[in-house]
Amino acid sequence: MNNIIDLSALEISNKIRAGELSALEVTKAFIARINNLEKKLDAFNCVMEKEALSRAGEIDARIKAGDASGELLGVPVAVKDNLMIKGVKTTCSSKILENYTAPYNATVIEKLEKEGAVFVGKTNLDEFAMGSSTENSAFKTTKNPWDIQRVPGGSSGGSACAVAAKMAPLALGSDTGGSIRQPASLCGVVGLKPTYGSVSRFGLVAFASSLDQIGPFARTVEDSALLFKLISGHDSKDSTSAKIEPREFIGDMKKDIKGLRVGLPKEYFIDGVDKEVNDSVRAALKVLEGLGAVIEEISLPHTQYATAVYYIIAPSEASANLARYDGVKYGFRAQSGNLLEQYEKSRGQGFGPEVKRRIMLGTYALSAGYYDAYYGKAQKVRTLIKQDFENAFRKVDVIVTPTSPSAAFKAGEKSSNPLEMYLSDIFTISCNLAGIPGISIPCGFTANKLPIGLQILGKPFGEAEILRTAYNYERNCQWHAASPNL
Amino acid sequence: MKITNKEVDYAARLARLELSAEEKEKYSAQLESILKYIDKLNELDTSGVKPTSHVMDIVNVWRKDISARSSEELVENILANAPERSGNFYKVKKIIE
Repeated sequence: MNNIIDLSALEISNKIRAGELSALEVTKAFIARINNLEKKLDAFNCVMEKEALSRAGEIDARIKAGDASGELLGVPVAVKDNLMIKGVKTTCSSKILENYTAPYNATVIEKLEKEGAVFVGKTNLDEFAMGSSTENSAFKTTKNPWDIQRVPGGSSGGSACAVAAKMAPLALGSDTGGSIRQPASLCGVVGLKPTYGSVSRFGLVAFASSLDQIGPFARTVEDSALLFKLISGHDSKDSTSAKIEPREFIGDMKKDIKGLRVGLPKEYFIDGVDKEVNDSVRAALKVLEGLGAVIEEISLPHTQYATAVYYIIAPSEASANLARYDGVKYGFRAQSGNLLEQYEKSRGQGFGPEVKRRIMLGTYALSAGYYDAYYGKAQKVRTLIKQDFENAFRKVDVIVTPTSPSAAFKAGEKSSNPLEMYLSDIFTISCNLAGIPGISIPCGFTANKLPIGLQILGKPFGEAEILRTAYNYERNCQWHAASPNL
Repeated sequence: MKITNKEVDYAARLARLELSAEEKEKYSAQLESILKYIDKLNELDTSGVKPTSHVMDIVNVWRKDISARSSEELVENILANAPERSGNFYKVKKIIE
């Protein structure tokens, strides 16, 4: 038998259900792996060792009593530290929430608990999910398991690292402009950003409400499909969650892709994309073609404006969402003279540099006299970007692009220049602006043995199609089977 | 668009954010370069284009106005996060003389 940590989530729950493994054995194996590697990788803000072991014991007792229900029976799941697990700290990797304990569960946590999942810890992120490397965390920078001198990507870098390093078979992240797909790409795992509204955001600490979506990390497409299915669905506690029927993906995605129309946007194959990334994506297209897909060049003409639109809309929404951190109801409070000073000092001392930069940018873009020129203009160009995709999806079923213009970069390489860091998300941002789903799957390695990611974008609620494309590709390439040397 | 200390002070005040002199200088230069990049949007003629504030086609989501009571445990868990409290109240600075 394989080592427990090498098993997929599906294999783990099947073996536990069949009595071949106990939930406790599984949890112990992953906790040992975490304790063994955490010093080296810094993936977790908090390891829930005690809670996980006791929960695994409960699950074993329940199975012994005859109840082996739950699709994630005894499966360890790591959770990005901007999602609430009742009784556990939710810090968003920010000083301002360093001592905040979640008073209730996020809807996704409730759902996974019912399926028998075991939460093993809260993973590191860029503060309030603002960043592409985890270097903006107030606590630590997570390392890329393929080369610890390099970043894991961000903002869900801790979750991507944990799954790549087999510290958990599954993890949850959130994606506002690429925060699931870009770290998945840089760490060589599968990351899915669902259609806006597929997954309830209740209990996710808000960053940019019209863009944020929770999604799964896994090492295989099948596990991603399973975790996505289990977290999705309408929730009365999130008015923007869509009323769609529950869907099964795993059966459907195993069908072939003969005749599938794959769009190749010419705007995504430009100067500034590393040659190795470009070559790997081109090779992946050949594989898809070999499987019967029809490749067609398309145009998304407003692509070059996406980053500019995003860096008005996301900071504007963030400046409003983060107004709640005022040192009154929760979070850090600075001691000072009057209430106004208390607000200003609590926020000035509690937030880190990137969060302050975005609050300033958003506040400025929304202020009287500039609203139309910046926020209003960005909302209009957002419409044009959305229409680009609507037009493209009349011709093709899915769109394939690189996930990130380069493989993992070195820590410190881009942190002094915010604009350069922002441009590392150029291929992932449009998807959030248009609200469509996107997945990143491994599609090769650079000469330095760093993972490269392939992004597949779909129509709104077209997850089945992108998962089927990803599954067919994965089965024919096996990049996902490689593991970092740790 | 030149971002001077005056603009930075104004936005910082609106955002209730205390910034050091050093931060102000840094942010004025950085905001200026980011906004310069964003000016790229002016290359596009957007007259007649409707703004997208949200991708979903929903306007208002109504529910019945039924009062519900939170459990004492939830109330306690929420209040336990307060920097300062007095019984079931948040304690803040006096704002009315």
